Amino acid sequence: MTTIFGVPTQALFGQLLLGLINGSFYAILSLGLAIIFGLLNIINFAHGALYMMGAFVAWMLLTYVGLGYWWALGLAPLVVGAFGIVLEQVLIARLYKLDHLYGLLLTFGLALIIQGLFRNQYGVSGLPYAIPAELSGGQRLPFMFLPNYRAWVVVASLTVCIATWLVIEKTKLGAYLRAATENPTLVQAFGVNVPLFLTLTYGFGVALAGFAGVLAAPIYSVNPNMGADIIIVVFAVVVIGGMGSIIGSVITGFALGLVEGLTKVFYPEASATVIFVIMVLVLLVKPAGLFGRTA
Amino acid sequence: MADTAAIDAAPIAAALPTSRDDKALHRLIFVGIAVLLIVAPLILYPVYLMKVLCFALFALAFNLLLGYGGLLSFGHAAYFGMASYLCAYTAKHLGFTPEVAILAGTATAALLGLVFGALAIRRQGIYFSMITLALAQMAYFFALQAKFTGGEDGIQAVPRGALFGVISLADDRAMYAVVAVIFLAGMLLIYRIIHSPFGQVLKAIRDNEPRAISLGYRASQYKLAVFVLSATLAGLAGSTKAIVFQLASLTDVHWAMSGEVVLMTLVGGMGTVFGPIVGALVIVTMETYLAQFGAWVTIIQGCVFVLCVLLFREGIVGLIARMIRRPL
Repeated sequence: MTTIFGVPTQALFGQLLLGLINGSFYAILSLGLAIIFGLLNIINFAHGALYMMGAFVAWMLLTYVGLGYWWALGLAPLVVGAFGIVLEQVLIARLYKLDHLYGLLLTFGLALIIQGLFRNQYGVSGLPYAIPAELSGGQRLPFMFLPNYRAWVVVASLTVCIATWLVIEKTKLGAYLRAATENPTLVQAFGVNVPLFLTLTYGFGVALAGFAGVLAAPIYSVNPNMGADIIIVVFAVVVIGGMGSIIGSVITGFALGLVEGLTKVFYPEASATVIFVIMVLVLLVKPAGLFGRTA
Repeated sequence: MADTAAIDAAPIAAALPTSRDDKALHRLIFVGIAVLLIVAPLILYPVYLMKVLCFALFALAFNLLLGYGGLLSFGHAAYFGMASYLCAYTAKHLGFTPEVAILAGTATAALLGLVFGALAIRRQGIYFSMITLALAQMAYFFALQAKFTGGEDGIQAVPRGALFGVISLADDRAMYAVVAVIFLAGMLLIYRIIHSPFGQVLKAIRDNEPRAISLGYRASQYKLAVFVLSATLAGLAGSTKAIVFQLASLTDVHWAMSGEVVLMTLVGGMGTVFGPIVGALVIVTMETYLAQFGAWVTIIQGCVFVLCVLLFREGIVGLIARMIRRPL
């Protein structure tokens, strides 16, 4: 068997793929956080809970309504996004004039409520969600076995991230959005409905989390705590990337997933903390983050 | 507005200068608390009271950082929990007497606070919060994987031992007396810090950091100092809790604990001297009496969070302070 640095290629590439998949989730989630933070100035602590909700909505659609994975992929982000819009209208919109630490506290409370409700209803053991038939099986590559579904997750998340980036950077809508981030009052004076923008932005950011949840459902078992742990890692990703740029959060997300995968191969004990260690190193060298502007 | 300038509940306390009358009022409240501490165990279960006191000290330490430094740490469980592990370990395996074990735990928290604080104060506002949270998560994974912490089991059956090797703490009443003294000392120390020149500078930095810097204060040194003080006192609370409950476990170092202490401070009143005590009392009582409802406790806590942020930002004591127009 061929080895690289004393590690079987099969294992190495397997872990790299796993890392890439984790990275896909980090990227989508930190992208959503970046968009919401950019415009609303709110650190959405509920992001992890809404990601979990996306996975649960997929599961519910299958179990109660009989709609499969592909339906869920379209519908769950809409459901989660709509839920987000309600949250924004009813609760978050009241906080814009306050210090943004209150946004963090409010969304933290929301995360507790959402997770608690799902835990009451479904317990913590986790529910299975099957890989859709079209994507089962895999490809036998010369150096590893590539499960189709995992390849799909990477492709889908990359596509969504790039599409989002294009919309924000290259379209008129995106231009309004970026302008509103810089100076909401001025943009409003030009006749742009900024409050509507805020609501839709929150809805979209949250829908991204829901989308990630559906992608995750067949890989991880669907359970109420799935968002609680990933959100803290995503916060570290955000600190490392620096929230200034959209593309920054995507690149950092994927890169850190890969680093985590590599650590699992060479020094498994550190795999849970490697991202935090990198965060510390980045903070020492470049406090604004890799892609960040100084605040 | 400066990024760290904070939390607008705090200025209520800050806007009203502490006059001589107010100091007399505070002294009266301290005496009241001391009397309550003596009377309470006659009526209430001492173990419950000790839990309240440990968390009240924890919340006071946290509020020193948030209310007076304007820094929202979301990782205070790290200092509370790691101190509790070290205290439990030294008491159980190295045979330290309780007071030395508590000091060992407290020193651990101070050291950890120095390292984490030095990193975290490099960024401001919500970045600061996220960094403290991420660092605390590192401490959590460390506690989960390290040999001496006992992983999922934690460190159980920690001996309470004998104070100074003489007074046995096995009896709840003796233990209670020690906890009450530690709590009172911690509270007075924090009061002293807040009302010292150091505390005044802290408030200036909290309200307008660039201005404080332009006046010649080294803001980051002050912030680091208050961070370490807060972590140390949180560690004192965690160590004491380990001795009282004879247990150090992952719960104490998990980020949910960090959230809980934020909640206590928020409910009681950020930036008030006495708020965190009331907050801890409310939250611990709620948890004790709602424990039978399982996951509903989390949901209720979440609702309290949301309601406090939306309607009740001053907290209980903050509200009272505004009504009587006196800083509390």
